Amino acid sequence: MITAERKPFEQIKAVTDQFENILVVGCNTCVAVCLTGGEKEAEQLASQLRLQRKNDGIGGSVETVTVLRQCENEYVDAVAAQVEGKDLILSTACSIGPQLFADRFPKVRVAPAMNTNMLGVVKQHHVWTEYCAACGDCGIFNTGGICPIVRCAKTLLNGPCGGSQGGRCEISPDVPCVWQLIYDKLASFGLEGNLSRIGGPKNWSKSSSGGPRTMKKEGFEP
Amino acid sequence: MRSGSNLEKVLAEGKFAVTAELGPPKGADPQVIIDKANILKGHADAVNITDNQTAISRMCSMAAAKIAIEQGLEPIMQMTCRDRNRLAMQADILGAAALGIKNLLCLTGDHQSFGNHPEALGVFDLDSITLIRMVRDMRDVPQFQCGEEITFAPKLLIGAAANPYADPFPFRAVRLAKKVAAGIDFCQTQIIYNVEKFEEFMRQCRELGVTEKCKILAGVAPLKSAGMAKYMKNRVAGMDVPDEVVERISAAEDAQSEGIDVCVEVINRVHEIDGVAGVHIMAVEWESAVPEILSRAGLRPGSE
Repeated sequence: MITAERKPFEQIKAVTDQFENILVVGCNTCVAVCLTGGEKEAEQLASQLRLQRKNDGIGGSVETVTVLRQCENEYVDAVAAQVEGKDLILSTACSIGPQLFADRFPKVRVAPAMNTNMLGVVKQHHVWTEYCAACGDCGIFNTGGICPIVRCAKTLLNGPCGGSQGGRCEISPDVPCVWQLIYDKLASFGLEGNLSRIGGPKNWSKSSSGGPRTMKKEGFEP
Repeated sequence: MRSGSNLEKVLAEGKFAVTAELGPPKGADPQVIIDKANILKGHADAVNITDNQTAISRMCSMAAAKIAIEQGLEPIMQMTCRDRNRLAMQADILGAAALGIKNLLCLTGDHQSFGNHPEALGVFDLDSITLIRMVRDMRDVPQFQCGEEITFAPKLLIGAAANPYADPFPFRAVRLAKKVAAGIDFCQTQIIYNVEKFEEFMRQCRELGVTEKCKILAGVAPLKSAGMAKYMKNRVAGMDVPDEVVERISAAEDAQSEGIDVCVEVINRVHEIDGVAGVHIMAVEWESAVPEILSRAGLRPGSE
C-alpha cells in the first residue's frame, strides 16, 4: 500500500490559518489502513482545527467528508456539493489525493495534510516497511524476491557492500542489510552462487528519472 | 602496459608495493595538498586521493590529484558512485586521464548519512562493480557505457576496495572475484588488524584465482590512541579490531609509538601471505607516521 503520515499540526495550521472555509477530505483506502488519513483521522483533524481556530479567534467553518479513493475522478467529483463555498481543501490522502482535487476543482486552493512516504507492507501491527521503489523494471526474481533498489541504502545491484556486518546495514543498527537477506534467501535454495553474476547497471529510464510516467491498458478507449 | 603508471610498473615487477593516502582539504588552499605531498614523497609508489571521504564535502579528488602530480607524487584518484551519475563519472574519467592521472580506485562510497550533508540526494546510479566494468570498457574497448565509441581511450589502472571483515564472510572473496571479472587490476583492503581472518580471506581468494589476475594490497593503519582504537572497534562500520590490539594501545606508555609498532607487525605478517602484493597505509591526518612505519618495517618504496 501507499503509506503517508500526517504533517505536524503546526505546519498544517500555518496553512489553514490563511483560509476561512475549509473542507478536510479523508481517503478510505491506503491511508485508512495505515491509520493516518481515513474517515476517523480526517474527523479528528477537523475537530482539532475547529478547537484551535476557536481559541485563536479565527472565523469560518471546518467541515469534513471522506471518499473511498482520492485517486479516481468519480469519487473526487462526487463531493462537489461539499466543496462548494470552501476556500481550501485539506486532504488527508497520499499526495495523489490533493493533486486530483486540484485538477477537478481548479478554482479552490488545495493543501496536503500528509507526507507521503512509501510503497510498503504492514510488517507488524502499526509498523510499515518500504518494499517497492516503483522503478518500472522489476528484477526481484534474481534477488530472491527481495528488492535491493529500495531496501538497500545505496541501491546496490551487487551487494552486500563492505558495510554489512551481523546482518545490519552500515547506516543504522535498526536497518537490516537487505543483501544479507538476499544472500540467505538464495542460499536457502542452494542458489547463492548466482550472486557471482554481475548485476546492472540499472535502466533508470523506466523509473521517475525518465520523466513523468503514464500507463495505458491496451484495448480500452480512455 | 594498461596505464603506464608507476604503480602498474611496480606491481608488474613483483615488487612489494606501498601506497598511502592523502585527504584533500575542506577548502580551496592547494598548499595543504603540497604540504602533505611533501611528507609522502619518496615514501609511496602511489597515493590515494580520497573523493569526499566519509561523505564530507572537500576539494575534489581530480584537482587534488593534479596538484599531487605537480609535486612529483603519483595519485590514485578515488571515485565514488554516491555523488555522480554515469554521465558525470565518464566525463570525470576522461578529464582525469587527460590531466595525466593514471590510477583510478572505484568505490560505491559511504552513505551520505555519515557525512556533513545528510540531506543530500544519494545518486548511486552505478555501484562499484558496474563502475569498474564501465571504466574497463572505456579503456579497453574503448566505449562509453551506452556502447558509443570513445575516440581516445583513458589509460587507467583500475582498482577497487575489498573488505574481508564484512558479512557474509564466505561471500567476501566471491565479491572481490566479481570485481576482478568486472575489470580491476588491483585492490586495496579494509584495514587489517585481525590477521588470521585476513589469511583465511586470502586463501579463498587464491582458490578463486583472484590473486592471479589482481594485485591485492593489504590495508593497514597506525592507531594513534586508545580512544581511536576503541572508536575503530566499536563505531566504524566494517572494521574488526581484536581486543588484544585495543588493550595493547591502552596499556602503552607511548600510544602513538605502540600504534606504529602494531601497524608494522601487521605489515610483516601480511608480507608473508601468498598473494599479497603490497600494503596500503591509511594514516589519515597523520601522514607523518608513514615514513616511520616504512622505516620500522624496512620497506623502501620507489627504490631499486
